[in-house]
Amino acid sequence: MRKILTTEAQPPQKGKPTGLPANSVGIVEPQSHTFPGPFKLACGRVLDEYTLVYETYGTLNADKSNGVLICHALSGHHHAAGYHSENDKRPGWWDHYIGPGKPIDTDKFFVVALNNLGGCHGSTGPTSINPETGKPWGPDFPPLRARDWVHSQAQLADHLGIQQWAAVVGGSLGGMQAMRWALEYPERLRHCVVIASAMKLSAQNIAFNETARQAITSDPDFRDGRYLEQETLPRHGLAVARMIGHITYLSDDGLGKKFGRELRSGTFEQGVEELVEFQVQSYLRYQGDTFSSSFDPNTYILMTRALDYFDLAREYEDDPVKAFSNARCKFFLVSFTSDWRFAPERSREIADALMHANIPVSYAEVESPMGHDAFLLPNARYENLFAAYMNNVAREENGVQSAGKKSEVPA
Amino acid sequence: MMRKDLDIIHNWIAPSTRVLDLGCGDGALLERLGKEKQVGGYGLEIDPEEIQKCVERGVNVVEQNLDNGLKNFADQSFDTVVMTQALQTLRFPHLVVEEMLRVGRECIITFPNFGQWKARWHLAVSGRMPVSDLLPYEWYDTPNIHFCTFKDFEVLCREHSWKILHRQVVSESPVSGVLKDFLPNLFGETAIYHLTR
Repeated sequence: MRKILTTEAQPPQKGKPTGLPANSVGIVEPQSHTFPGPFKLACGRVLDEYTLVYETYGTLNADKSNGVLICHALSGHHHAAGYHSENDKRPGWWDHYIGPGKPIDTDKFFVVALNNLGGCHGSTGPTSINPETGKPWGPDFPPLRARDWVHSQAQLADHLGIQQWAAVVGGSLGGMQAMRWALEYPERLRHCVVIASAMKLSAQNIAFNETARQAITSDPDFRDGRYLEQETLPRHGLAVARMIGHITYLSDDGLGKKFGRELRSGTFEQGVEELVEFQVQSYLRYQGDTFSSSFDPNTYILMTRALDYFDLAREYEDDPVKAFSNARCKFFLVSFTSDWRFAPERSREIADALMHANIPVSYAEVESPMGHDAFLLPNARYENLFAAYMNNVAREENGVQSAGKKSEVPA
Repeated sequence: MMRKDLDIIHNWIAPSTRVLDLGCGDGALLERLGKEKQVGGYGLEIDPEEIQKCVERGVNVVEQNLDNGLKNFADQSFDTVVMTQALQTLRFPHLVVEEMLRVGRECIITFPNFGQWKARWHLAVSGRMPVSDLLPYEWYDTPNIHFCTFKDFEVLCREHSWKILHRQVVSESPVSGVLKDFLPNLFGETAIYHLTR
């Protein structure tokens, strides 16, 4: 696990090694900062201190007004764009949308991506050492809610000297955090970009999450969550959990187009006893196995619980209009037609609530066969819309700077 | 260039009010209303290319199919609901106008006049459905499925007891521009109606 302790934000390295794409942010280095507590959590418990690992891309301007915060989804982390080394096979998880000339243009914006509290990529979480016991937190790590992430992200903004984000951006669970930002810190963001998200999960969504958690906890190696202390790992359970999740991130159509009923091995021939293996089986197993060797099972449980808990309007008398009435920023929403995990209907509910609350919002329903995963993947319409919106955010940003004022009146 | 009907609508909308623009196209009207009259609001559109243009202009646009109604909007939640050149594309135009008057205190509707002399001439002489610069489609591929004339629309207003606050007829050609005042249903190209309940 990567842990590099630097306390100051550093500009990304300029020189791009040959071999990396020209529109990449290039080689990036994670940074981390430890925040002194006490940090009170929504569950009532308090962390004495916590560490967040993050990456930044682009340059923070003189009045620190061009910051864009990227909130990650269930299995995301701080490595959203660029490469960690020249030999890196894959760039960060949202590299297609973050970089020079890309929708979140690092020539214009100072982009901050972090690993959320409770994560397993270097930020304080279940794999960290509990200072009280000297052992890994494991299942004793306090349950978190989206608002805990938002409050810790606000402390990160303070640390970076960013009083107000040009935009807070997130897909899926990341979109939930972005919306929570708009309600908890209305003065600290000018735009809220919410992609393939929802104001709360449906019963079906919670059911999938519970099945995934059961897969993990019923693995004999789970050991009540104390697998690190006992030097085991419920690898199989986590792989199954990921397989379940993965199916829900894709569409029936998308899976069909990609794999159909193609065989990887075996035969249907009569008189030959050789079991068939469909391509989709091996694909899913590969996804599960890859994930289970890089993700912490307790973190997966923690993240899915945070998803289940999220209900934007809960403390606003269950009235989304009342909730959004607190927002002062403009909203941009995108959903994808074949996404059944965070269906377009969920985004329309957000758009409706925002319009009722008289908050500026634009919403597009993008045609895609890729299911929920579409928000991470190339798609010409999505890219053009996203770029056009962010371009205005940047242009407005320049206008704001020349006018010398920060606030603006929503249309 | 701004269409003439948009100029007139611009004049009829009071400053600092709230507008919902159905089938808002590229967002030109909303942008102008926002800049010149501090009018806020939203456009509804289903064409991806038009939505893209709205986002580029910084106009609030929401992807929504008008044929599915305006159920997601509360009664009297807008000052004015506008619909330009879209009435004839709807499956149930009269129901949409009802909805517009439920959601808005007033509504402004523009539509092409099928009773204009060119259309009448085309049908009378060639015996075929009119195709013109303004309505450049063949009958089988046209999005315009419910044409009407000014007279037809006035009848609809009467039947539903919708009050006509203003009506205006516009025509792009200078000759028709004069004649339309005398014989609007024969020489007017586009009708603009300002309605309330």
